[in-house]
Amino acid sequence: MTSNERLALVRAGLSARHRREKRFRFYGIAAIVLALGFVAMLFAMILSRGLPAFTQATFSLDVHFDPAIVKVDKKPVRSSEQSPAEYAKEISAWERKVTMVNWNKVIEAAVRNAAPETTANSREILSIVETNARFELRDMFVADPALLGKTVPVRMLASANADNWLKGNIDRSLPDAQQQLRDPARALADQLMAEGKIRNAFAWHIFTNVDSRSAPASAGLAGAFVGSLYMILVVIVLAVPIGVMSAVYLEEFAPKNRFTDLIEVNINNLAAVPSIVFGLLGAAVFINYFRLPLSAPLAGGLVLTLMTLPTVIIATRSALRAVPPSLRQAALGLGASKTQTVFHHVLPVTYPGILTATIIGVAQALGETAPLLLIGMNAFVAQVPATPLDQSSALPVQIFLWQGNENRNFFEARTSAAIIVLLGLMLTLNAIAIFLRSKLEKRA
Amino acid sequence: MNTAIIATLLLVLLGLAYQTGWSRSRRLAPAGETKLHSRPVYHGALAAIWTLVPALLIFALWALFGETASRAYLLAQLPPDVLALGSAELESTLRRIRQIESGFGVVGDALPWENQAAQALREFSTLTYAAVIAAAAGTGALALWLANRRISLRLRARNEVERVVSAAMITCSVVAILTTAGIVASLLFEALRFFSFVSPIDFFFGTVWNPGFSTTGQGAAGEYGLLPLLWGTLMVASIAILVALPIGLMTAIYLTQYASQRTRSTVKPVIEILAGIPTIVYGFFALVTVGPFLAGVGDTLGIDIRATSALTAGIVMGIMIIPFISSLSDDIIRQVPRAMRDGSLGLGATQSETIKRVILPAALPGIVGAFLLAVSRAIGETMIVVLAAGNSPFLRLNPGEPVSTVTVTIVNQLTGDTDFASPQSLVAFALGLTLFIMTLILNVAALYIVRRYREQYE
Amino acid sequence: MNENTQLEAREMHMPTEKIVARSDLYEMESSTVRTPDAEQRPVRVTARNVSVFYGPKQSLFDVSIDIPEKAVTAFIGPSGCGKSTFLRCFNRMNDTIEGCRVTGKISLDGGDIYDPALDVVELRARVGMVFQKPNPFPKSIYENVAYGPRIHGLARSKADMDAIVESSLQKASLWNEVKDRLHEPGTGLSGGQQQRLCIARAIAVSPEVILMDEPCSALDPIATARIEELIDELKQNYTIVIVTHSMQQAARVSQRTAFFHLGNLVEEGPTDLIFTSPGEKRTQDYITGRYG
Repeated sequence: MTSNERLALVRAGLSARHRREKRFRFYGIAAIVLALGFVAMLFAMILSRGLPAFTQATFSLDVHFDPAIVKVDKKPVRSSEQSPAEYAKEISAWERKVTMVNWNKVIEAAVRNAAPETTANSREILSIVETNARFELRDMFVADPALLGKTVPVRMLASANADNWLKGNIDRSLPDAQQQLRDPARALADQLMAEGKIRNAFAWHIFTNVDSRSAPASAGLAGAFVGSLYMILVVIVLAVPIGVMSAVYLEEFAPKNRFTDLIEVNINNLAAVPSIVFGLLGAAVFINYFRLPLSAPLAGGLVLTLMTLPTVIIATRSALRAVPPSLRQAALGLGASKTQTVFHHVLPVTYPGILTATIIGVAQALGETAPLLLIGMNAFVAQVPATPLDQSSALPVQIFLWQGNENRNFFEARTSAAIIVLLGLMLTLNAIAIFLRSKLEKRA
Repeated sequence: MNTAIIATLLLVLLGLAYQTGWSRSRRLAPAGETKLHSRPVYHGALAAIWTLVPALLIFALWALFGETASRAYLLAQLPPDVLALGSAELESTLRRIRQIESGFGVVGDALPWENQAAQALREFSTLTYAAVIAAAAGTGALALWLANRRISLRLRARNEVERVVSAAMITCSVVAILTTAGIVASLLFEALRFFSFVSPIDFFFGTVWNPGFSTTGQGAAGEYGLLPLLWGTLMVASIAILVALPIGLMTAIYLTQYASQRTRSTVKPVIEILAGIPTIVYGFFALVTVGPFLAGVGDTLGIDIRATSALTAGIVMGIMIIPFISSLSDDIIRQVPRAMRDGSLGLGATQSETIKRVILPAALPGIVGAFLLAVSRAIGETMIVVLAAGNSPFLRLNPGEPVSTVTVTIVNQLTGDTDFASPQSLVAFALGLTLFIMTLILNVAALYIVRRYREQYE
Repeated sequence: MNENTQLEAREMHMPTEKIVARSDLYEMESSTVRTPDAEQRPVRVTARNVSVFYGPKQSLFDVSIDIPEKAVTAFIGPSGCGKSTFLRCFNRMNDTIEGCRVTGKISLDGGDIYDPALDVVELRARVGMVFQKPNPFPKSIYENVAYGPRIHGLARSKADMDAIVESSLQKASLWNEVKDRLHEPGTGLSGGQQQRLCIARAIAVSPEVILMDEPCSALDPIATARIEELIDELKQNYTIVIVTHSMQQAARVSQRTAFFHLGNLVEEGPTDLIFTSPGEKRTQDYITGRYG
């Protein structure tokens, strides 16, 4: 074959080969565009649905604590010969009486006062006010019985259905039968909105209230948030020291033999065990065997600790491996013992790496849902846990519970809002990590 | 009881012990002369360890048995007729006495014997509390004295402290092993309990999943066939891999072989955001966006695709796995020596020919490892399928239909008001065992392959 | 400092002490001494004023050279002198390095190889390359050699391919050692065999020019000797450019030698002349071992 013939052969194939090259490149770009598109879609979905949930239709009404409706005695005062138990009994009897007051009538009067010409009947009026408004009025009164007979401005949430209607989350053209609110109630809500007596206000209660079933519009994340914080705390307190100690031992001290090899394989495998298996471990060992309280952040935190441990160990080991051997030799050469070398010279260099690993592990644990379901954290809990041993929910579990709520129109937004809070918390953790990391690296 | 007092006591002991150990060793070796075997810091630390351990031990014993002891004492104070009461009434009596003791009081008048018992209990509590504090402080002081006496020029305090540290480190390393052991033991134990209700053959080869409800107390009335769940798991995982593998691999190829450094450093972290998002968020995304979208597409094409189906769950799970595959493959492709790539380019191969014929074959073992890890991840994924797969445990071929998976079923069987000892609950552990074994095989194989691959290019 | 520099300085009203520093620069400049060639060969590749930049850093300065046909041209010089960088310009391997820029003109048989219309794939089929470290693909010996012909579509049939593989291995004097194990992996061979396999791989495409970038630096002396013998045989049919840091090797295998220093081509000419009577002091210093 002459060189010209050969060149002709090469040239003959060139255009097809370049077409294939272009196609391959295009696939690469398409893959990246798709992946980036998924990120964009995900965030667009969450933000567009979640952000509106941070404002909610809220009444600003003048409420008259009408003595004709609020018929209760004076609040009891503790006398000197009373034991605390007896006083507690008397107070609770009084509070029961306050609760028995028909607060709905107070609310209805306030709404009617704001819109005197409405044709809505009392059921319809109450259907646009959140059901927990009556408890809020009661609590106001319990805190300050002097309100009796006075008229004060009060902010009350509109009900979930009213919020849907006013935000347009429900199709306004649907026939009457398919609307959640009756026609007069809808007209009343529109009128109050137009007059500025209902406004879209920032929904602080998402952060301050606990979950609620009877009053969905007032449901908040406080309990789940604190529960998640407790779990993070447990994870940090347990996983970091155990993980770092274990990594230091395996990387710096352990002899290379069968046993340490087994630990090594075992840790790498643990890192890839499905989270739900850890949940089963938690259910069988922590709950069923050690009888830890169900739904407690302590049990959840322990399960998440075991899950996070491999991440911390693996990352700490790779940080230790990245420390140049010259540092160890220098310290050993100066007569430091092995332990001194590792703890005084090698380990401090790896702090930024360990910190990053910890945050990644904690963030991962924070978003974990499945194992928590298995240890009973999906129970409905309407309180902020005071200690890690109290019943509690967690942010991801709360998201799971809310997405399953029957009031779809309202809870889709609420769930997205909870997701935003969860992602925001993760983002904060990462920001703290970056900040601390840069500080540590500057110091080093 | 009063944590603040206990913590203060311990801190004082700690500080005292450290200080005495430190200064005593200093005195033994005046400055300038370095005849001391270990630096004073270590003598201090050693003294602190010796002092704290016995004190802590006493508090631990008290925390464990204090409650039992006070209850036993209280029971001994009660008149026999009260003791003869049923347990519920006895408990409420005890609660009343404890309320009187704490000074909160009870509603109505307290009976004289109640007051007496409360008084006795109050004295007992104060006494034991004082005793425990005194004992802890005393033992601590004694231990401190002993530890102090040991301090000499030749005491190898550093070695002893290091031995303690070493023991602590080994204990920590064992936690990981204990976790695995705990997983295996609990899964095996509970699964065996399940197999005492249902034969393993019916479980592993049964084609019908219908466990019924345990509240009726009829035992193993349902059918526990694993195959429909396994089928659903494999179907969802396959769809996920079909989505994630090409996108993830092509992303890694483009970013390592074509993209400029700047593109790479912006695109890579953005894609890795996908890895940090909790799976529950993906589940929600599948439920409210992807599912309805696919159903709509199905409608226009005239195919019946349900909003919650194997397809929905699989596609969203695929999106979740993309960064997993892309960053693992990225690492692996970058380990292929540059010389290999240059050799091919130098022969006149185009870049895509080089990638397809040289780089990918060279990276294949590593990519297979990444693939296996991704499969293991997909099989074990829970929340996406719980929300978006439709939970319908039947053997169906059509991916547009709802399915159920092993993980979904574990969640379903263990949440809800079932009795833990019923086969309906225990089956979750048999399922968990199956899942664990499947992922274990995949993980160990993948880790082995990846490790061999790394060694090859080191 | 020569007269011209002082003159220039005076014209520019600059103090002469400052010029001292500039005179260094003058010495740095490419001052190729052309020694007359004993036997004239037709020129295959010409390079004119070639400079190479890595980002803002220039690593090759205005190099011009002619590469004669069917002979071995050696590039020598201390490490970091730009000889490998220059070699990689001939088949545009520098294109694969991000931030690398080449200026000047290189032509192969009169055609500019940096012409945007030129297909780099075709160029590399005509200008083959052997690298510093043997880099066989993780494939069988057969597939390693068949790789080039296969991607370029040079073999019409299996028999064709077998013939190409056999003749390439024979030309690389590897055939007798591997003919019984063609389907074993190429990475299983010894270092010297691997390098000959890489040469066979390059030959299989029948290039016109073969570039060799320190092909023996990773090999032991015996393997090196085999490769040098091979290079000597190959020059009957191919134009070869070899980069080496070993002057002895250049003296043994090449007909022409070019000496590079700090990114400049200092001197080039027939090998025996360069080694016996270099025209430049720096060349003299290098070949007598004063630095390098």
